Amino acid sequence: MVTNYIPIFLVLLAASIFGAAVVFSSRIFGPLRPNKVKIMPYESGKDPIGTTNERISIKYYLVAMLFIVFDIEVIYVYPWAVEFKKLFAQYGLFAFVPMFIFLVVLELGFVYIFMKGGLRWD
Amino acid sequence: MNITEIIVVSLIKIVLVIVMILVAVIFLVYFERRISAWIQYRIGPNRVGWKGILQTTADVMKLLLKEDIVPSASNKTLHTLAPIIALFVAFSTYAVIPFGPDVTIFGYQVKLMVADVNIGVLYVLALTSLGVYGITFAGYSSGSKYSLLGGIRSSAQMISYEVSMGFSVAGVLLLSESLNPQKIVLAQSGWMWNAILQPIGFITFVVSAFAETNRLPFDLPEAEPELVGGYHTEYSSMKFAGFFLAEYANMIIASAMITTLYLGGWQIPYIDKLGLGVTLTTLLQVGAFFLKVIFLLFFFIWVRWSIPRFRYDQLMSLGWKVMFPLSIINIIWVACLIMIFNL
Amino acid sequence: MSLYDIIFYLFAAITILSGFIVVTSKNIVYSAFSLLFTFFGVAGIYVLLGADFIAIVQILVYVGGILILLLFGVMLTNKITNVDIRTGTIHVLPGAVAVGVLMGLLLSAMVWTEWKTQPSETPVTTTVTLGRLLITDYILIFELLGILLLIALIGAASIARREQE
Repeated sequence: MVTNYIPIFLVLLAASIFGAAVVFSSRIFGPLRPNKVKIMPYESGKDPIGTTNERISIKYYLVAMLFIVFDIEVIYVYPWAVEFKKLFAQYGLFAFVPMFIFLVVLELGFVYIFMKGGLRWD
Repeated sequence: MNITEIIVVSLIKIVLVIVMILVAVIFLVYFERRISAWIQYRIGPNRVGWKGILQTTADVMKLLLKEDIVPSASNKTLHTLAPIIALFVAFSTYAVIPFGPDVTIFGYQVKLMVADVNIGVLYVLALTSLGVYGITFAGYSSGSKYSLLGGIRSSAQMISYEVSMGFSVAGVLLLSESLNPQKIVLAQSGWMWNAILQPIGFITFVVSAFAETNRLPFDLPEAEPELVGGYHTEYSSMKFAGFFLAEYANMIIASAMITTLYLGGWQIPYIDKLGLGVTLTTLLQVGAFFLKVIFLLFFFIWVRWSIPRFRYDQLMSLGWKVMFPLSIINIIWVACLIMIFNL
Repeated sequence: MSLYDIIFYLFAAITILSGFIVVTSKNIVYSAFSLLFTFFGVAGIYVLLGADFIAIVQILVYVGGILILLLFGVMLTNKITNVDIRTGTIHVLPGAVAVGVLMGLLLSAMVWTEWKTQPSETPVTTTVTLGRLLITDYILIFELLGILLLIALIGAASIARREQE
């Protein structure tokens, strides 16, 4: 079975070589004449004000946390989904109910966040 | 096949597919500009080559000869790594997409996909989640406010839609009983395309694919009037070309994934009833796969000029409050289909 | 040495080297970036062991989720990237003794344990078995896990709510 993954390994290797080749090709073909004004951060023609070390809104962090929780949830759904037809033939409705409860429990949490206004962007 | 043979065969396939994607991107960019012009009643590029067909090649040549400007405020290592990550993701995802049924060439049983692995669909999802890094690092390392805002917005957008994408895929797995793309295609024989059996999942997946590829109407990260170039504001020369190439390659891969998961992949309904030869059938099926992909690419361009861009709050609420619940309803819908009709 | 061994040592080297950079790097973003390779190396070793589903979960959850959260956290925090995050006091002697003892323990365990050496059966696909076990043997744990994730969600909501007030 591991031999099935040799092509994947090669693809990942080829893709990284290709990416590096594209990015470094301009070093070979393009000129390199930087000056102070040219390498200034772009701010619509004006001298930049302040730095980018500003805090970003915590809402992005909330989105990332929500993402992790539902990412983990969906990973539990996949093995069940792949086997569901056989499980249903064997256990009937009891193949469906546990997953339904699992989904509903997490959706309750989602509705709670929704009610608390955690997903309001204004 | 022994290991040497596997390595040689897969290297040939990898080179072929990379060349194919590159050529496809060159034509896709040209056709996008021509179709945009056609929709907007303009002329579009028509000077370089016959009807402007060499326009993209000329653009690439131009970018190749431009200076690679690294801004003073940037983090140089990450600034260089970001486009490499973007390209890495775009040029490794295709590995598990089946272009056609297994064929026999010179006595070899050849699969028309680079890697036939059990968890193919998850491989695509995992790499898609890696795509966020290219954009986050690009925005973070550039040292420009436009880049930072564009990058952080884009990564939040991508992870939000990744959730509904993941849940939509679960609906497909319920019917196909496998994570292997080839088996998913085979499960959609006849009229049993997933797009017909689970329209909700199809819609959520397509919308998420648009958001994942940062295409209009979800191209907030690079909304020109407010954020200039978004995360690639500070990129020039081939680094910019890298992002550009990655975006279009992702579009092609997204279309191929939609085709594989929902539109029956390379299958043509009831072609075996026609009694054609094996070679002709295979050719027709591979052709059908590419036709479906081309139609979806046209659809991508068509939508770009038909629907205006969302506001950021609208985008996030669409993702979390509409697409995410719909994709969960889709799972329950498919489970009920199986339980009631024993599909 | 077979190809299998070469690939194993390659992934092991990636894991250890990038793990070393994670610990020693001064810049927190570089640490996060090399952590990405650590996770990748571990995923590669999982694939070699025949646990493909776990490998991809490793990438989906750790690389696609937790590391992104970490990066967002870095960006959320003001000027953390310019701070030298290495601590000034490094206790070389106690550290060396502790590491030496631990290494001795692990090595002796490796040497003295009687490992099963016959080739084990690699499962064709691990996903199906996992799905079956989830709703049969481990159903209680599975539902409790739902509750655990729910608690995480509520925690996230309370953080966001504090920001708005």
